[in-house]
Amino acid sequence: MPEHEIVGAEELKDTSDHDKIAIETSGAVGEVLLEVDHVTLRFGGVVALNDVNFDIRRGEILGLIGPNGAGKTTCFNAMTGVYTPTEGTIRFKDQEIAGTKPHRINHLGIARTFQNIRLFPEMSALENVMVGCDARHKTSVLGVLFRAYRVRPSEGELPKSGIRRSFAKVFGISRHTLEERAGRRRSMELLRFVGIADRAHEVARNLPYGYQRRLEIARALATEPELICLDEPAAGFNPAEKEDLMGLIRRIRDLGHTVLVIEHDMKLVLGVTDRIVVLEFGQKIAEGTPEEVARNPKVIAAYLGEPDDAA
Amino acid sequence: MSQILDSYRGLQLGNRWDRAPKWFRTVALLLVVAFAFYLPFLNILPFAYIRTDLNPTGSDWASVLFLIVVYMIAAVGLNVVIGFAGLLDLGYVGFYALGAYSVALFGSPSSPVVQALQSRFDLSEEWAVPFVMCIPIAIAMSLTAGVILGAPTLRLRGDYLAIVTLGFGEIIRITARNLDNVTGGAAGITQVPVPPGPEIDGRSFFNTIDAERWYWLALVILILIVWLASRLEHSRVGRAWLAIREDEDAAAVMGVAGFKFKLWAFAIGASVGGLAGLLFGSKQQYVEPNAFMLNLSFLFVAMVVIGGSGNIVGVLVGAFLLTYLPERFRELQEWRPFAFGLALVLVMVLRPQGLVPSRRRAAEIEDRRHEAEEAAADA
Repeated sequence: MPEHEIVGAEELKDTSDHDKIAIETSGAVGEVLLEVDHVTLRFGGVVALNDVNFDIRRGEILGLIGPNGAGKTTCFNAMTGVYTPTEGTIRFKDQEIAGTKPHRINHLGIARTFQNIRLFPEMSALENVMVGCDARHKTSVLGVLFRAYRVRPSEGELPKSGIRRSFAKVFGISRHTLEERAGRRRSMELLRFVGIADRAHEVARNLPYGYQRRLEIARALATEPELICLDEPAAGFNPAEKEDLMGLIRRIRDLGHTVLVIEHDMKLVLGVTDRIVVLEFGQKIAEGTPEEVARNPKVIAAYLGEPDDAA
Repeated sequence: MSQILDSYRGLQLGNRWDRAPKWFRTVALLLVVAFAFYLPFLNILPFAYIRTDLNPTGSDWASVLFLIVVYMIAAVGLNVVIGFAGLLDLGYVGFYALGAYSVALFGSPSSPVVQALQSRFDLSEEWAVPFVMCIPIAIAMSLTAGVILGAPTLRLRGDYLAIVTLGFGEIIRITARNLDNVTGGAAGITQVPVPPGPEIDGRSFFNTIDAERWYWLALVILILIVWLASRLEHSRVGRAWLAIREDEDAAAVMGVAGFKFKLWAFAIGASVGGLAGLLFGSKQQYVEPNAFMLNLSFLFVAMVVIGGSGNIVGVLVGAFLLTYLPERFRELQEWRPFAFGLALVLVMVLRPQGLVPSRRRAAEIEDRRHEAEEAAADA
């Protein structure tokens, strides 16, 4: 694990303009966005997921919890195309996505972060986020090479100086240039949103641990996902940072994203989620609001072990 | 040796260049280009010592310059594949050969293909596809070959790709050698067409004697290719390649269509290789299979790796050194393989990231080294 620098909470303030990074959603809050339908996943003889069944509704923050090895990350991997379920289906916006390629699933509108941070280490923070933005851009390889697709620019997009300005007025500006600019602006805004814009131009590998975690979130947000899946975003955080993260997760929801979060830390999960699904040994053992789940004897047993007097 | 390297590093040329004002960079670039165009007539001492024709046995200076630029074009194309996309292509000579053979097969009146067309469509014996039309044909042929080779093999990772491409380079040459009634077999094809141009002194503009014209033509194409390649590097495409190189699975989850971008890299590399081959074949006015031996593939890879994979300037330097030095020191010919091997080993030991490295590539190599050391420490 990279060295862990403790970052003061005040440094990580969101200074972004939310209007610029909010996404457009295509449905009403509360309707089913993703449906995990009786999914079973076997690796040889090992059953990683056994008939798991739950759905995610638009606009909510859903927690997916369970002890180590319960199949939470496997479930994520099935949803983002890394694994194909052995049985059952996963539907996103009423579309079957089990077995679809990961990049296609991303284009459909699901993004994720990784439990063990997987940034592009030699790219700057800004470039990492720009890779995410590119997922929504339309310029092709030939478009980059020849820049033949021109767009009539608005007044604000025109260059200030003379020759370039007249050139852009006559021939327009290539879509590539405009997308590149928009991507850069949006990426910067997202870095501000997660609170790490002060080190935007630093190579990802050199960022402190907390920054790397936030950068992963910014990169996932850049792909404009309707559903964002956070895999243990608070791993290795101190209580102050966890508090910060809870605020960030809520703000992500306010931008229009639906959030699925895997987490070990019960305090964080109970504090931030609307609903919780509990997995144990690849099976769903409980589902409900944080209060219901916290009272559920099966959940308590799974986390604390069976009480002696119950036997 | 390492002291020399350290003092070179102390100059921080890359940083200074980046920090220089824009007008300075433009002027410097224009001066370099102007000097490059002037090179064939270079006659001012002491610079003239770089010429290769100082003694009577030396090679024609302008021809050497032409070859350098053709290899530079090929190296810039291969750099897209190896340096940008991180795919080891050991059969690049195959695309180079395809480019040369396309212009020969369709443009030469004595090629079996053109003769077949002549008799099929009742054309005169002088008829052949004009040179200008041969350019798109050559690019299309090598690009198609790149896609056909890439589509199944780019799903492989790492070493497998290198082995398959290695085979491809040989397949092209052996096919050209054995398909007697299409490619003329080992005898090759003569009368390869040259670019059109006004006649001067009773000779066509592009002829075998005035090599500097070929050099200028190649230089113009090189500048164009370098310009396009740097456009790719600093765009979403370059970022996608870099992301794939660093973590292919994470890139896929972030919406980067890995296979598509790798195939594009392959196709772009292939068509640039074809273009270089076309220039070579046209200048020689003669194409034969033995000109496309496998060692040329390795030479191209060596240019990219020694120069600095991923950095266009580095790759140009690599191509220049590996083409120019053997020509300049022809009298030491029998020492060539030895010197070549020694140079490779020295570069790999002292400067594994290449002579003019890409900063990112250098950092990646450094990372790998740390990972290997950690792994060794764990074991």
